[in-house]
Amino acid sequence: MATETTLIDTTAHAAETPETAQPYAELGLADDEYQRIREILGRRPTEAELAMYSVMWSEHCSYKSSKRHLGYFGDTTTPEMREKMLAGIGENAGVVDVGDGWAVTFKVESHNHPSYVEPYQGAATGVGGIVRDILAMGARPLAVADPLRFGPADAEDTRRVLPGVVAGVAGYGNCLGLPNVGGEVVFDKTYAGNPLVNAMCVGAMRAEDLHLAHASGAGNKIILFGARTGLDGIGGVSVLASATFDGDESAGGRKKLPSVQVGDPFTEKVLIECCLELFAKDVVVGIQDLGGAGLSCATSELAAAGDGGMYVDLDRVPLRAEGMTAAEILSSESQERMCAVVAPSDVDAFMEICRKWDVIATEIGEVTDGDNLVISWHGETVVDVPPRTVAHQGPVYDRPYARPASQDAIQSATPDSLTRPSTPDELRETLLRLVSSPDLASREWVTQQYDRYVRGNTVLAQPADSGMIRVDESSSRGVSVSTDCNSRYVYLDPYRGAQLALAEAYRNVAAGGAQPLAVTNCLNFGSPEDPGVMWQFERAVHGLADGCAELGVPVTGGNVSFYNQTGDTAILPTPVVGVLGVIDDVRRRIPTGIGNEPGETLLLLGDTRDEFGGSVWAHVVHGHLGGTPPEVDLERERLLAEILVAGSRDGMISAAHDLSDGGLAQAVVEMALVGQCGARLLLDPDADPFVQLFSESAGRVLVAVPRTEELRFTEMCSARGVPWRKCGVADEQSNQLEIQDVATFGLDELREAWEGTLPKLFA
Amino acid sequence: MTARIGVITFPGTLDDGDAARAVRHSGAEAVSLWHADADLHGVDAVVVPGGFSYGDYLRCGAIARFAPAMTSVIDAAGKGMPVLGICNGFQILCEAGLLPGALVRNDKLHFVCRDQWLRVENTTTSWSTRYDSGAEVLIPLKSGEGGYMADKPTLDRLEGDGRVVFRYVGENPNGSRGDIAGIASESGRIVGLMPHPEHAIDALTGPSDDGLGMFYSALDALGAVAA
Repeated sequence: MATETTLIDTTAHAAETPETAQPYAELGLADDEYQRIREILGRRPTEAELAMYSVMWSEHCSYKSSKRHLGYFGDTTTPEMREKMLAGIGENAGVVDVGDGWAVTFKVESHNHPSYVEPYQGAATGVGGIVRDILAMGARPLAVADPLRFGPADAEDTRRVLPGVVAGVAGYGNCLGLPNVGGEVVFDKTYAGNPLVNAMCVGAMRAEDLHLAHASGAGNKIILFGARTGLDGIGGVSVLASATFDGDESAGGRKKLPSVQVGDPFTEKVLIECCLELFAKDVVVGIQDLGGAGLSCATSELAAAGDGGMYVDLDRVPLRAEGMTAAEILSSESQERMCAVVAPSDVDAFMEICRKWDVIATEIGEVTDGDNLVISWHGETVVDVPPRTVAHQGPVYDRPYARPASQDAIQSATPDSLTRPSTPDELRETLLRLVSSPDLASREWVTQQYDRYVRGNTVLAQPADSGMIRVDESSSRGVSVSTDCNSRYVYLDPYRGAQLALAEAYRNVAAGGAQPLAVTNCLNFGSPEDPGVMWQFERAVHGLADGCAELGVPVTGGNVSFYNQTGDTAILPTPVVGVLGVIDDVRRRIPTGIGNEPGETLLLLGDTRDEFGGSVWAHVVHGHLGGTPPEVDLERERLLAEILVAGSRDGMISAAHDLSDGGLAQAVVEMALVGQCGARLLLDPDADPFVQLFSESAGRVLVAVPRTEELRFTEMCSARGVPWRKCGVADEQSNQLEIQDVATFGLDELREAWEGTLPKLFA
Repeated sequence: MTARIGVITFPGTLDDGDAARAVRHSGAEAVSLWHADADLHGVDAVVVPGGFSYGDYLRCGAIARFAPAMTSVIDAAGKGMPVLGICNGFQILCEAGLLPGALVRNDKLHFVCRDQWLRVENTTTSWSTRYDSGAEVLIPLKSGEGGYMADKPTLDRLEGDGRVVFRYVGENPNGSRGDIAGIASESGRIVGLMPHPEHAIDALTGPSDDGLGMFYSALDALGAVAA
């Protein structure tokens, strides 16, 4: 990066020395990208400008490989879908009107590569970053959730990465005082060397308090507040998140801190409270968090979204390292920093609030009536650029994409020829093997390291299908979230797999009793330079967008993470889908465990087909991945959600659990164990017990209804055209799960199988 | 008369809102106290809530103990004002010398969040009279440094004087000596515990409403009328 010279590379100097060789390639810029910068500026960029462009034009910040396809989300969003959207793609996070004047904002972001290099800090700062994104919308962060993916559970490196990531999520999130209400833990060999650490945050505000990031009004002051700026994370965006894990020894020979940033959750907690007080006192015109690309990103995005230029004096930035160059200050990714635009008359009040919270706040510049973002250092101009060219006009690639020739072979290798269990003993053994597999075993070893209680509004949390948070204590209005993706399905058929991820998250939200309302995503894929990966990406985007249009739920934002691969082997394509739902009265939530009412009837809603492509059974028992994933019927999913929401509102359902990985067997085991209640399951004598127990057909939910509500509920299902089958009863007097004519299990036996696995691997 | 119970907020306090909500649920008035303000605003009792005061980067509660508000609490406690320390608040009361012993890192080294059964061992303190002796209550425990430690003479004295107020039932979650979850001062006016009664005031958001008993007990101790 910047060489240590006594001469400051000013814009004037750059204009005089066009031939100076610049390390643009090391910074991740292609030849034509560098040439474009020279064309934009009419001269070579200064060191500081080159640092800004290189981080802002990196894949991570500019979405240069994905932008072309992401436009499809907007193309498929109808005016009706837009109705409840207060802010969408392009803002820090999407914002949705959830009624009663409340607006809710939510987003998922990846922090994959840093978490492989340094699991604890990578995961911790992932949480910190997403929380600041939510804060930058003017919302109070309410809860977090973390979809995580690792290599095989018994792999040596997973023992390094998983405990570190979980401790990092816990260490940062718990100290921030945000309940962790959900997420995922998934194991697959393609994630070895490429763990996925996605972080979700949900926040709420009064609709009129929405703060969008922009710098308007000449004369308004730019205030940087929060932590000091140091050498940490420099180059993290352009180097780490773009292509390689190569070291971070600077070109100039100066030793820098590791590229992975170090988090300080205490500073962030104080920053949250400070920001909320600043919002409440209405002393902020615009606000932006500092995340990837640090000040480069914050200043250029604020200026690009405003109506004028901006002047920033880097000498005023509070530093915690000596001898930093302008380029280093601009690209530092020191955590826990925010940038605000403040009217001159409010600066004193702003500073007073920051003093109360012991938050360092410094006026570093102002909005100007010029066109450019101008940055000075030691009294000389080191940056003078049109801000939009940095923030929004980065390169856009039309990467080639093509269905890989191998896809046909993958799909024709169906699981039909795999040996299936048939005798009662074999079925019994299969159930226990699946329940105790790392794929399906209880996640309690992970989730009990997370505080799910703080703030006292958590209504549902893991192991429930969705996390549910009360937003308004007086009205009991609440929201719920679920994130899902079965990447084996996506691998077999990216279009349908993405729709299945959407269907599952949508169904999980409805299973708690909430009406699904909006969608976010975190699209984790391999290298975009591989046409096969780009095809997976293009298909997944289309599948998700078309699915959202069919369900009438808008995509409000998202995140893309490419280059998740080792050598030529990419991860399974993993478009994590997050669905947000709203519930009028959280007291009507539907829990997961049975036994809440005396004598419940178990009803299976939906159709069960012989569908084992990408299933847990094929994966765990046969190490097989081939064929096609289950069919998806989004109209059915919509009807199911209607029934669940109506059933919750009218008190007809006392427990519900979505059927997904592991099918009916896994769902009934979890409902019994969570509810600490025995049950009897009656299979259809005319159908194959193996298919009934383990098929992963989508569009199904197992519900428990009080006996008194059974008739009313089943009549509603019939009237709405959703098939149902009475498949058993809960028995609170029993400590057994009996699957009639197949096997009987003690709940203790099941609990040991389900809960014993992760502690044995990781404790 | 409605009792007024103060809840202190330090930088990094997390469960102050929950503690205030629990106070209100019990029928008392919750009064916010700011760490930098030595004025206790005439409250009748104080709750020192959970969190990570000042980030707890040094030793849990080590810095918070010196806050102006805590100096006033130490003074008022000496005159008999009931004080409840929850989790980080318990750690702060130990650091402040209001309760003996210390809390150390969990023996399994992980943060633990779980619904924990506790047995009520002493029903005579200002914060436990509403419970039946030997009753088992279900209260969330969520901490990384919850192992109660003290030297043997101190532990013997606490046990001998019946100052162990709450004890973990079943598997010890954090390596606490004697399965101790909470203890009282000699006077019984000051109680500290690691589990979070403020998260167990409503079966909607917690595992039970067993935690409310502590707040009702304090109102009884103050001679106020509970709603």
